[in-house]
Order: sequence, then structure tokens, then C-alpha cells
Amino acid sequence: MSRLSVAKTYKLYIGGAFVRSESGRVYEVTTKKGAFAANAAKASRKDARDAVVAARTATAKWAALTPYNRGQVLYRVAELLEGRRAQFVQEIVGGEGVSVAAANAQVDAAVDLWVWYAGWCDKYLQVAGTANPVAGPYFNLSVPEPTGVVAVIAPQGAADSLLGLVSTVAPAIVSGNAVVVIASESAPLPAVSLTEILATSDLPGGVVNVLSGSAAEMAPWLVAHADVNAVDLTGADELDWAGLEAEAAGTLKRVVRPTGRTLAPPALSRITALTETKTVWHTKALI
Amino acid sequence: MTLTTPSALDFLDYAPAPESRGILSLREEYGLFIDGEYVEGHGTPFATISPSTGEHLAMMAAGNAEDVDRAVAAARRAYTTVWSRMPGAERAKYLFRIARLVQERSRELAVAESLDNGKPIKETRDFDVPTVAAWFFYYAGWADKLEHAGLGPDPRGLGVAAQIIPWNFPLMMLAWKIAPALAAGNTVVIKPASTTPLTALLFADILQQADLPAGVVNILSGPGSMGSAMVEHPDVDKVAFTGSTEIGRGIARAISGSRKKLTLELGGKGANIVFDDAPIDAAIEGIVSGIFFNQGQVCCAGSRLLVQESIHDEVVERLKQRLTTLRVGDPLDKNTDVGAINSASQLKTITDLADAGEAEGAVKWSAPCVLPDRGFWYAPTIFTGVSTSHRIAREEIFGPVLSVLTFRTPAEAIAKANNTPYGLSAGIWSDKGSRVLAVVDRLRAGVVWANTFNKFDPASPFGGYKESGYGREGGLPGIQSYLTTGPTDAVTAAKGSTK
Repeated sequence: MSRLSVAKTYKLYIGGAFVRSESGRVYEVTTKKGAFAANAAKASRKDARDAVVAARTATAKWAALTPYNRGQVLYRVAELLEGRRAQFVQEIVGGEGVSVAAANAQVDAAVDLWVWYAGWCDKYLQVAGTANPVAGPYFNLSVPEPTGVVAVIAPQGAADSLLGLVSTVAPAIVSGNAVVVIASESAPLPAVSLTEILATSDLPGGVVNVLSGSAAEMAPWLVAHADVNAVDLTGADELDWAGLEAEAAGTLKRVVRPTGRTLAPPALSRITALTETKTVWHTKALI
Repeated sequence: MTLTTPSALDFLDYAPAPESRGILSLREEYGLFIDGEYVEGHGTPFATISPSTGEHLAMMAAGNAEDVDRAVAAARRAYTTVWSRMPGAERAKYLFRIARLVQERSRELAVAESLDNGKPIKETRDFDVPTVAAWFFYYAGWADKLEHAGLGPDPRGLGVAAQIIPWNFPLMMLAWKIAPALAAGNTVVIKPASTTPLTALLFADILQQADLPAGVVNILSGPGSMGSAMVEHPDVDKVAFTGSTEIGRGIARAISGSRKKLTLELGGKGANIVFDDAPIDAAIEGIVSGIFFNQGQVCCAGSRLLVQESIHDEVVERLKQRLTTLRVGDPLDKNTDVGAINSASQLKTITDLADAGEAEGAVKWSAPCVLPDRGFWYAPTIFTGVSTSHRIAREEIFGPVLSVLTFRTPAEAIAKANNTPYGLSAGIWSDKGSRVLAVVDRLRAGVVWANTFNKFDPASPFGGYKESGYGREGGLPGIQSYLTTGPTDAVTAAKGSTK
């Protein structure tokens, strides 16, 4: 008699804890072929708000780490993802209906992307910052800093269900931001499994908060939330993203518009779009 | 220490030393500047006045949506046929030319600006207009070096930029907007503020002298509704706005869902933090220039003074002494420190907020100066006993009014400084470098001045955090705000400084 397997409960990831939706809701996630895969938590607007609180709390700690330290944490995410690839391959094959080889290639790309962004943590400042030759006796420097809490709508749909989320979340946290991300509604399982890696990568709880459920339901609350500094609408092209951008204007959030792609190609601009530039003037003595 | 009375300073009375107006000959009426020519507008012409006397200076044409169409069409034509095709080195030479012409005509521009805005001639002559020339000079040099701007090998301009500027630094704001836009290869439709359109239209004359190709810069005076038409125009690629946070929100909303890029430089409630080890003489001067420069009508003004409790009384006493020596009056007088408030409506805003300060229990002190009978004036004023919940500690007053709060520890100073939806500027006064740098790190503000205040330079990026806007003007980010790497760009952000 074959052994009965033990299925996993797919939960939300808020403030470093794995929680069910406060609403008690779940929705059925199916494989590409239509078979039952799991009941994912269907996050509510209250969950989204809780996630923003967790992110706000976490950003101070995360941003205060040395860039070297943040880089090592991102690299550790890559290490753990590499080691647990089988689980992700299985979820990608099931959810996207792609071949094992294609799923493996996607995990490869996700691992490599974490490594690529890990390396940026202690470099983007040097590339994006400037020393300013002002006409006077002043030390004058401009440096990018994290903008704070970033709400991300990860690419929705079934394609690139792991890589799409990684391609938006990893660059956002490079500088020290904390993220509330809405995973792909139709294929959320790789995103939820990624939270188990984040939880064991020395990433402080709350730096990345993952919500599964309806982007159309939650996004309006996040873009209107006064304690969110920026919104990344990369995965919002099927939503009323113009309306979301308009709502974000209420507190003048920084907005990254949809790209119409299943993932955000690696780019320094993904990092800098979610930073602020601080210019510091300091007098020099006249000697 | 006792407060010095005005009479004790009688020996400081100077004879009036007005700058000559002879250098400036104004026309009776100024048209819109579209496609290289002054033309009539379709709106009702309006008068621009001198806020220091109420004197009528000139009639200004007013544009409407139809004029915006004409101007955007001219800018598009100029972009497609001339400006985007011109080698960067040639664009650079036009900008250098403009910088030189501004220098040559600097006194005339300074007089016009002081008349139209109300700010002292020593500011327009020594700050505003030299900064205008410097801005064109700095960005001129970028025009043929765009491949070094950090965006890749072949960046290009965005197209047509719609730019809307405020009344507090009319010509300087025009330079901040036009210089980087042109250097990056864009063409421009710009709207000066309704109360200060004069120098923008004088500047059009400089563009003609520079022989700038028609349509590259179009200057439209007119009402706010005309500004909305500019922002919403479908053939505009970039919007740049400096002004109030409220209008900025509306603009961000109006361009949502479009391809337009946006930079916003909005309001502020800057904290000026004075530690007990501050170089006190310098700090007093810095506090004064931080809030009384340009009558406090500065978005990055240090309108909240956070002073360490142990030196509060000394700082306030010395501030009062210093304010007593400020000369308030004729903007054209070379001895004037504080000029007129720009408009009746701004004066009302200041007065209303100051009244609220008194009503909420803060203690008001105004410098004992004689204000002129005509025009719009407000005496330099300090509020003490201000708490963080008072409106004068929260709302942008945009006038010569300083709110004094206290703190005990650096952590308290930082918490109070950041306790605002704005995030434009801050100042720190301390002799201890390590403390200055630690506090700098934790301030959520786009510009931090340490042991100085209100310094600006074309090489130095300027702009805000949070509700003070996004994107940067000045320096390398300032040119990036007007560039794109094309449709293959990985990120299309509603933020000018992406790269």
C-alpha cells in the first residue's frame, strides 16, 4: 500500500509569520490542467493593512543594516532557493503546464537574479550617487536612499510564476525598502513557497510580506494607503492601472508603471526607481 | 541680555539707495511667445503689478487651451525637425549663448524681477539672476555628453516638455526647468506664474537675441486653467511642476495612465535643528537666511526651528536682536533685506496662519519695523512656545514667520523633524561632525544643509521626499529627468530620475 502524502497549507507571510487570512477565506488553486492543487489563503484588505504595518516596522531595521550585510542576506536567499529547487520545479510544472526543463530554467534564472541583485546592495550607491562640484566652500554629496514601504503587484497570470515575483521583489529590497507584494492570483504557489526560504535567510521579518488572493480587490487599498511610499504596478496591466496610479497620487507615491511583460528584466533602474536622492551640503572651513 | 529697541539702532539708518529703474524699459503689453514670436493670446489680458506698491507694470496676454495647442504644435515641430536632430554640441552653444546674454542683461533682469516679485534687489542681483546664468552654463555642457549621463550609450530627449513654475523665484525657476530640458534635446512649453510673468517674457527677448530656433521654447502667460490644458495635452511627453503640494497631487492624478513622465517639486516644512554646540553666530545668520530669505516664500525654507532646550532662550533673544536690524521696505533699495509679499492672497494666507498660531496658544513676536503704506507687507515674525500639533508647525506658511520648537536629545530632534508629510529640506547646526552625519542619515529630506542653509547650485540635485514631490532638479539627476533610453527602457516610471 502506497504512503499517503502530506499536503502543505499555503498561508500568507506577514511580519515574518505564516498566517491565514484574517477573513478566513481561501480560494482554490488548480494546476494548468485543472486539477486541484491547493487552497491558497485569500488575503483581505485588513491583511494588506497588517502587511503595511509590518513592512513599516521592518524597513528601519533593514535599511539600517550595512549594504554588505543586506547583500549577504539576498545571496543567502539564492543559496536556499538553489537547494530547494525540486519543490519549485514541481509547483511551476503544475501551475504553468511547462516542461521540467523549462521549470528548471526558470528556477535557475530566479537564483541568478537574487545573486545579481545581491551584488548591487553595496554598489548601486556608488553608481547612482554623485559628488557635486558646487561653486563654494562646501562638501556636497547626493546619495540614494530607500523610499520606505513599497507595494508591489507582481506579474499576474501563470507564466513566470516564480521569476516574475522575484524580478520585482528583489530589486525593491536591495536599497533597504520593505515590500508588500501581491503574488500572481492564478499561480501563487511558488511565491508562497518562496516565503519559507525568505523566513530562513536572515531576512528580518516584515521586509517582504506576501499576499495571495485577488490583486483587483487588494490593490486599491494599497495604492491609497498613506503609509505606503511607492507602488510598483509591474503586474497590473490587466487591472485598471491608470485608476490605481491616480489613487496613488493622493499621497504622491512613487509609481512604476506596468510593462506588459511576465517579468521585469534585470535593471539598475528597478532599484533606483524606488529610492530617494538625498543631497547633503556641509561647510568647509576657510583655512 | 536685553532686547535692543529700534531707537537704539537709529545710527544704522541709511539714506535710501534705490537701484535705478532706467536700465529697464517695459512695453505696455507683452504677448505670448509661441514659435519664436510674440503673439496675442485668446484669453483676456491681465495686468502684472508691483506687489511693493501696487503699481501697474504691464499688461500680459493670457493664453487658453487653443494657445496651448498652438504652442505644443510649435514645440513638436521644432523637436522633430530641428532640435532633436541637432548635434548636442550645437545645442550646447545655444545654451552657452543664453547664459552669456543673461549675464549681459543681468541688471535689467534683476530690476524687473524685484519690481514684479517684490523681492529685494540684493537677492535678484546677487542670487536669482546669477543662478539663472549658472544653470544654463552648467546644463549647456551636458548637451554633448549625454552618453555619460548613466543611462546607456544612446539616450535621447523625451519630446515636448510642459513646465509650470511658481512665483517665488520666477526667472530662476524658469532656468531650472528650461536649461536641462533643452540640453537633453527636448522642446518646451512653459507657463510662468500669474503674478510674476514679466521676466519670463523678457527672457523671450533673450531667446530671440540668441537666435534660438523658433518653437524650441514657448512661453505662455495665463491662468491656472491654461496650465491644466498643458498638463493634459496628449502631445506632451513630460511634465515638470514646481508649486504647491495640492496642485502637484492634481497633476500626478491627471497624467496617470499616460506615457508622460513627471517631476514634482512641491511644498515643505523644513526643520532647522540647532544643537547646543552649534557655532552660534553662524547659526543665527543661518536661521535668519533660512526663513527670511525671499520673505520666507521658499519651498525649502527652514520654517521650523528645532533648538536644543538648553540654548533656547539665548537663541531666541539673539534672533530677536538680529531681526530688529533687518531692513524691510522698497525692494529696489540696495540696503533692503526683506521685501514685499508677492500678492494679496499670499499675504492673507500668512496672516491667517499666524492668527491661528496665536489662537492656538503660541507666542508671537514681530520685528518692530515700519511697514510701507501701500503694497503687501508682513513683518519678520517669530513664534515661541510652539508645539508639534499647532498649525504653524505643520502647515507650509510660505512667509517670513518662524516657529520655534525645542528638543532635548538627537533622537527627539530627528523624530520632530520627520514628523511631517513633507520631506524637502532640513538644516543641522553642530560643531560635531560625527553627530551631524548621524543625524543627516536619519532625516527624511531631499536636501540637508549642515552648518549652512538655503544654498543652491546647478551641480547639486534638489528635490523632495514624501509629499514634497519626486524627481530631482540640478546635477546629474536633473538631466536624467529629461532623458529616456527609448521604448525598450526596462522601467517606465512616473518619476523623472529613473535610469
